[in-house]
Amino acid sequence: MSVTLVKERYSSKVGEVVLGATPEQGGTRTSTVTVGGDSALPYLHFEGQMPNRPVIAMEVTDVVPTWNELITKQIGDVINNPAAWAKKCVDEFGADLIYLKFDGADPDGENRSPEDCARIVKEVLAAVGVPLIVEGCDDSEKNNDVMTAIAEAAAGENLLIGIAEQDNYKSIAAAAMVHKHTLIARSPLDINICKQLNILINEMGLPLNKIIIDPTVAGLGFGIEYVYSIMERARLGALANDKMLSMPIICTVGYEANRCKEAYASAEEFPGWGDLQDRSVLWEAVTASGVLQVGASILVMRNPTAVSLVQKHIADLMNK
Amino acid sequence: MIIFGERINGMYTDIGDALRAKDPKPLQYWATKQEEGGAHYLDLNSGPAIPKEERAAAYEWMVNVVQEVSELPLVLDSTNYDAIEAGLKLCKRPAIINSVDAEPDKMERVFTMAMQHNAGVVGLCMNKKGIPLDHDLRVAFAMEIVATADGFGLPMEDLYLDPLILPVNVAQEHALQVLETLRLVKTLSNPAPRTVIGLTNVSQKSPANITSLLNRTFLAMAVSAGLDAAIMNANDEDLVDVAATTEILLNNKIYADSYLKVFRSR
Repeated sequence: MSVTLVKERYSSKVGEVVLGATPEQGGTRTSTVTVGGDSALPYLHFEGQMPNRPVIAMEVTDVVPTWNELITKQIGDVINNPAAWAKKCVDEFGADLIYLKFDGADPDGENRSPEDCARIVKEVLAAVGVPLIVEGCDDSEKNNDVMTAIAEAAAGENLLIGIAEQDNYKSIAAAAMVHKHTLIARSPLDINICKQLNILINEMGLPLNKIIIDPTVAGLGFGIEYVYSIMERARLGALANDKMLSMPIICTVGYEANRCKEAYASAEEFPGWGDLQDRSVLWEAVTASGVLQVGASILVMRNPTAVSLVQKHIADLMNK
Repeated sequence: MIIFGERINGMYTDIGDALRAKDPKPLQYWATKQEEGGAHYLDLNSGPAIPKEERAAAYEWMVNVVQEVSELPLVLDSTNYDAIEAGLKLCKRPAIINSVDAEPDKMERVFTMAMQHNAGVVGLCMNKKGIPLDHDLRVAFAMEIVATADGFGLPMEDLYLDPLILPVNVAQEHALQVLETLRLVKTLSNPAPRTVIGLTNVSQKSPANITSLLNRTFLAMAVSAGLDAAIMNANDEDLVDVAATTEILLNNKIYADSYLKVFRSR
């Protein structure tokens, strides 16, 4: 007896967003990255199109990060130099994009000036040809100054800049609009605020294809199933023609996975957990795989070995 | 919730005069205004303003002048199928034929036309004998229309069954029957056909100070019984707000504080 597959039909699809700009488009990138465009649930290739594979952005920070040695050793000496570090991520680890985070701008830390941050962005732009994602620090007031300076210094590059949040989106949204960048809209694991923030940003005049959703994620074991359900609702909304939830999604997987104790506690401390080297890589890679299954378009990752695993996984998933 | 804007109808004096004078302005004014109000489709009805032999030309003209100012798809509303067919040929987006009842010869003509022009159809739950009171009979007519539509290959999402609401001030007993019909129509096939009502009928000839309230209240009740679309006043803000809110409360759309504004954005 032959079996006919029941196929869902959707009335709409996830929007496509282009990151970066080549010289013809007003920037200096050697290539751009396009994300989104999915017309079905993730990897159900028999139900719809997934024209763009998910991409991996690798984290680079302006100050030497306090990460686990298992990661910093793989990065090596270049960890003192954001431009060289970024180049290594692209040349050796195969990063599709660079995610540059200015932890050093925090007033409670090194308090790096907005001008100095802009200088580092220019250096990284000069060192690599891939598009850049740039985030400031966790102090929202300082962040507005930093991101305004960076947006202006890199005008036309179509950076993906962040973070816009419900309580603080106007300044950065204006900077994105004026200097032709794309914006990350972050909501605190809340589908209603996610949608509302997109509406508010769009009302300011930033087109929907210049917004990327950051729903806030969690590491494996720390609420990833809740992340999954929020992202699933957003995706089903997009496929049912909810334009205000139809943007591609970015997930800060490396940051979240490596905050989990399982990703850094030694085997001596927890003998039942097994070898740390494998566990650390798998914690980040499995967190990434989880959000891929529910439609993440951009993964922000940290551990080069985990990146390599997930690259292979994405290639498998995209193989029809 | 799908809104068919009802205002471009020859029964209204300004539209009737415009149709006779071939003045596109009032039609274009209401096309734009209804789109701004929240209409998803524009219903076009010449009414009795135009003599029968001129109706086909009138529908061609209406379709053309409305499409000059609005991208919205159209609902061609007439009992004159020659006029509807003339208009269908000019529609840029898939239109809806409004309407056909459960009479076999009429269904043959309308569904053939719908398949040719990739159009939807409004099916009235009645036959030549008129509108039955009892919901069982309305559902029986609905079933005949569903079966015929399916025979022609019309997708159920393109079939809108209208259980026919009458004015509450003269036919109070009908509203409950309409609600029951809506519930049952949704069980006739899988996927279910869509449903529509001529909402403003419920408040026809009631005093002006209560018409909007009657429309709003019945809309909320009907949506929860299974209503998908309404031919209605797209410029009654309170009424459009109710339509938007039903989508949220039935969990069809994801809530955001600005959902009323989003509902109106096209």
